[in-house]
Amino acid sequence: MTDVGQPMADSKPAGTDMARPGLVYRHRLATRTWHWLNVVTLFVMLMSGLTIFNAHPRLYWGAYGADQDQAWLQIGAAGDRGYLRVGDLAIDTTGLLGRWTNEAGNPVNRAFPSWATIPSSYNLALARHWHLFFAWIFAGGILLYALWSLASRHLTRDLLPTRAELRPAHILHDIGQHARLRFPKGEAAKRYNVLQKLAYCAVLLVLLPLVALTGLTMSPALNTAWPWLLDLFGGRQSARSLHFVAATLIVLFVLVHVAMVVLAGPLNEIRSMVTGRYRLPKE
Amino acid sequence: MVYRPTRRGFLTAGLVGIAPIVLSGCDVFGLARSQAVIDALGSADDLARHLQRLIGGDALAPEFEEAEMSPVFRTNGNTMPSSTTYQTLAAGGFSGWSLGLDGLVERPVRFTLAEIMAMPARTQITRHDCVEGWSAIGKWTGVPLGHLLGEAGLRAEARYVVFHCADEFDGSNYYESIDLADARHPQTILAYAMNGAPLSIGHGAPLRLRVERQLGYKHAKYVMQIEVVASLAGIGGGRGGYWEDAIGYDWYAGI
Repeated sequence: MTDVGQPMADSKPAGTDMARPGLVYRHRLATRTWHWLNVVTLFVMLMSGLTIFNAHPRLYWGAYGADQDQAWLQIGAAGDRGYLRVGDLAIDTTGLLGRWTNEAGNPVNRAFPSWATIPSSYNLALARHWHLFFAWIFAGGILLYALWSLASRHLTRDLLPTRAELRPAHILHDIGQHARLRFPKGEAAKRYNVLQKLAYCAVLLVLLPLVALTGLTMSPALNTAWPWLLDLFGGRQSARSLHFVAATLIVLFVLVHVAMVVLAGPLNEIRSMVTGRYRLPKE
Repeated sequence: MVYRPTRRGFLTAGLVGIAPIVLSGCDVFGLARSQAVIDALGSADDLARHLQRLIGGDALAPEFEEAEMSPVFRTNGNTMPSSTTYQTLAAGGFSGWSLGLDGLVERPVRFTLAEIMAMPARTQITRHDCVEGWSAIGKWTGVPLGHLLGEAGLRAEARYVVFHCADEFDGSNYYESIDLADARHPQTILAYAMNGAPLSIGHGAPLRLRVERQLGYKHAKYVMQIEVVASLAGIGGGRGGYWEDAIGYDWYAGI
């Protein structure tokens, strides 16, 4: 996601910009390119994924799972009410999930509403086209960025928390600062704080590989070549469930991420992800 | 000093937030309905086919134990072909049914159900994955398609195997096709038994295709005629299968 305060390979020392004091070179080109590529890719994959989910809005654990089997999560409609059921807990979601009103004002019984899906009308064939096309871009981006992060030592220098940062006292202190919306200033803002590092590592090292690998596990052809994926995730329907869980957690990350950008100064933050240059908040 | 969100900040965040809504509105502007865009997106399917064949070769789909089978294997698609021809055959226990195999073969052949059941058989407990997302595990017994193709002998131009079926959607008979790599795969069988009993009408009696490396809609039920062709252009709408032609499902359904 970001490379805090790192000078470019051909850049001036300590990432400072001599011509414009206060600006540091924060995000390298690889990071910025991948970030914006992911903005597009994840939106398309998420929303086309919701159309695919709409084809069978039930999730199972294990190798198999169909209508007569026990679903641990289900979105549906009963009478004129929409619901989300997780285990034994049912939540009335009329208007949002299960049963909602379309643009023409008519009620529709479908899991996710049209504003959340690609395409907006239910079309499984087209949704799979979008999803499986952008999957190549997504996978290529992950692979290239992973190689670059290792080769440039971006991962070890900027993203992995240090032993000192992982001390409970340090983490608790950072949580307290965040809760009061007090963000690092000056020199301290050149590097990621430990909560950022943990969030980015959770996404980069856990959620993105998880969502990609569980996606691959759903392919019957790939099951022949790499049956270990089925063993790893506990069967195809478990992989499908984990795919959905991972996607949900990525959405939660994006919501928090955007909220933090807004709170931390959106213009400075967005500029740093466009041009790479970031103005350190004054002490 | 705590940063106070500005109006501009909220506007920016708002723009980020509505991006998906704009995207979902793409089809309003015709983008997602343009055939050129759909075909470009669909090119990913060819890439998947080439790569999966490269990685997988002829590896077998996972097979399961009896204890791992679905308690209920749901039916899908048509569950009773409406034609009187089919219903007459079904009423007679399919004793009058026979399977024709023609097209680009050395010897067009025709087999009764009894003849097919006397051929070398393969039994496999495999997972059936519907394009919609559900899976069911069942036990299938049938003759390897490769054996039938061997009986007829393929001509040099042969590239695809087309299955013509008895069931109809919107007045059109179902059809599907696979290439020779899948046709010759050891687990590609024409099944006449399921879960230890004769194949039921709901699941495609008397004979259905099992092509275990692909999604459910490729597994044609109620197979009446097999045709070997050099190109799919002359079959139905030219995209290789009923759902491929009708609503644009991918011809290669390995993912």
